[in-house]
Amino acid sequence: MSIKTESIKNKSKDERLRKVSKLKVLLNRPELGALGGSILVFIFFGIIAGDTGMFSAYGTINFLEVSANLGIIAIAAALLMIGGEFDLSVGSMIGFAGICIAIPAIYWGWPLWMSILFAFSMAVLVGYANGILVVRTGLPSFIVTLAMLFILRGATLALTRLITGRTQVPGLSVLIEDDPIAWIFSGEAFKGFFNWLGSMELIALRQDGSPLATGLPASILWWIGMTIVATYILMKTRYGNWIFASGGDKLGARNVGVPVPRVKISLFIGTAVAATIYACVQVLDAGSADTMRGFLKELEAIVAAVVGGCLLTGGYGSAIGAAFGALIFGTVSMGIYYTQVDTDWFRVFLGVMMLIAVIFNNYIRRRVTENK
Amino acid sequence: MSDYLVEFNHISKFFGSVIALKDVTMKIKKGEIMCLLGDNGAGKSTLIKTLSGVHKPDEGEIIVEGEKIIFESPRDALDMGIATVYQDLALVSLMSVTRNFFMGREPMKGWGPFKTFDIEGANKIAAEKMGQIGIDIRDPSQAVGTMSGGERQCLAISRAIHFGAKVLILDEPTSALGVHQASVVLKYIVKAASEGLGVILITHNVHHAYPVGNSFTVLNRGKSLGTYSKKDLSREKLLSMMAGGEELDKLEVELKEIDRIRQSN
Repeated sequence: MSIKTESIKNKSKDERLRKVSKLKVLLNRPELGALGGSILVFIFFGIIAGDTGMFSAYGTINFLEVSANLGIIAIAAALLMIGGEFDLSVGSMIGFAGICIAIPAIYWGWPLWMSILFAFSMAVLVGYANGILVVRTGLPSFIVTLAMLFILRGATLALTRLITGRTQVPGLSVLIEDDPIAWIFSGEAFKGFFNWLGSMELIALRQDGSPLATGLPASILWWIGMTIVATYILMKTRYGNWIFASGGDKLGARNVGVPVPRVKISLFIGTAVAATIYACVQVLDAGSADTMRGFLKELEAIVAAVVGGCLLTGGYGSAIGAAFGALIFGTVSMGIYYTQVDTDWFRVFLGVMMLIAVIFNNYIRRRVTENK
Repeated sequence: MSDYLVEFNHISKFFGSVIALKDVTMKIKKGEIMCLLGDNGAGKSTLIKTLSGVHKPDEGEIIVEGEKIIFESPRDALDMGIATVYQDLALVSLMSVTRNFFMGREPMKGWGPFKTFDIEGANKIAAEKMGQIGIDIRDPSQAVGTMSGGERQCLAISRAIHFGAKVLILDEPTSALGVHQASVVLKYIVKAASEGLGVILITHNVHHAYPVGNSFTVLNRGKSLGTYSKKDLSREKLLSMMAGGEELDKLEVELKEIDRIRQSN
């Protein structure tokens, strides 16, 4: 190892080269902004809301859960954005997937697992439709998925009202218990550990002696799992390189043999499937589906991805960044409840944060491409 | 076994009512640099795209090492060892040198579903290949956006050679470069040919083409004006053929006319 570094060092002794510090290398990472932002947000709320219970086990799980829900779709949105496209239909897909689970399960008597699989197959179809439309027509994905946003939301409302006469489908809770796959999306993990923490009086307890925070919600595990998988895909697989290439320069990528259409279509399927995972988590948690579920989530996912360092023009970004973008989002949205600040300010904060992130990302991109 | 690495016989390509190419024939031998010259709109781009499998020719045939071939896609041409380096170089400036070098053909390690992109191995190969052309990329994980135009051109060519190109089609490799950078790239092209590659060098710069080329094909308005070997063709002849000879003569006459008017005023 030492010999190798030695030879590289010798070779690179060019008088026209400046030494690049480790810090500068780090500064060029896309997720740096979101990481720094997360730390700032934690310090901020640590100071002004540190004694309000926000950072107790219960409070922490609360804001992590909000972050996790958004993170699930933000990570898929980030991959798609790196691949050079947007998906504005994610929010509508969440509502649509919700009723795809609830209506067959409640009104048609399907077993819950079959409804869940049905919802996922619909997601694949919707994602495929988005992808093939974008790839075949060459239209901006912004327009194509904006159309899909209306189509899906409208269809969700119309179909639900047609079949059930209402806009909500409750009554799923009873079906969850005996279902073979529902546990993947619902319930909590590490209950024993939380009980133990409770018994050691390390975390807050209810009056009956059981811990207030009973376990790690499934969504948080999905969030972490998806971050790991997405990062692995981006950094370590051939397909990951194709995602960067397709977003960075789709003609160039095609000319060296990257199957750009296939990559893009699969990424659109990815966002629709992530929306369905989100829907599963929400629907099984609430025990009901609501046609308005997921409203505006597509924009929040884009905010998280951009704050996480993804360039709107594609070809650059990171899944870890998007996960941190979602963490900032979740922490602030819950943190504002713990402070005395009017929650109306949350959106102002969101907008400002997004602006700062975009300006920062633009600067990073210039650094990377112009060697400054 | 044919003498030629690749032959393009009587290639024609039509777009609706437009005849983009008509009856163009080119043959490339091992170690030969064939320069394809033509003015803007002469059909160079269409010809390259047809040779590299982007367009299918409407007439004519492509023969690779004695065998008639139909390219369904650029991938097919690539698999037959015909690699095209386009003017945009197919490099993604936000991606690292290594990721660009292996774009679409990433080396893998491990087995089964756990195969991963061997980025360390790839870094090493990329640095080594660039080193061979005398380009010292200090860090193969740096973005291509940080490289100079000549370095990028060499990266694109070296990538094509690394992936088994037998015939290199180079689209205007020197057009955006300064004198020094252009000479570096041309030197590299000659070196590649001397190692047994066939090179089709597309350019409109006679001063770049003439020193390195072995034979010259001139395109004019979709038709070939013929292929000449270097010994049958002077630089001046080539220049005048390329610019459509008479047109330059006409221009000269007109300029003299303007001069005369000026002086008489």
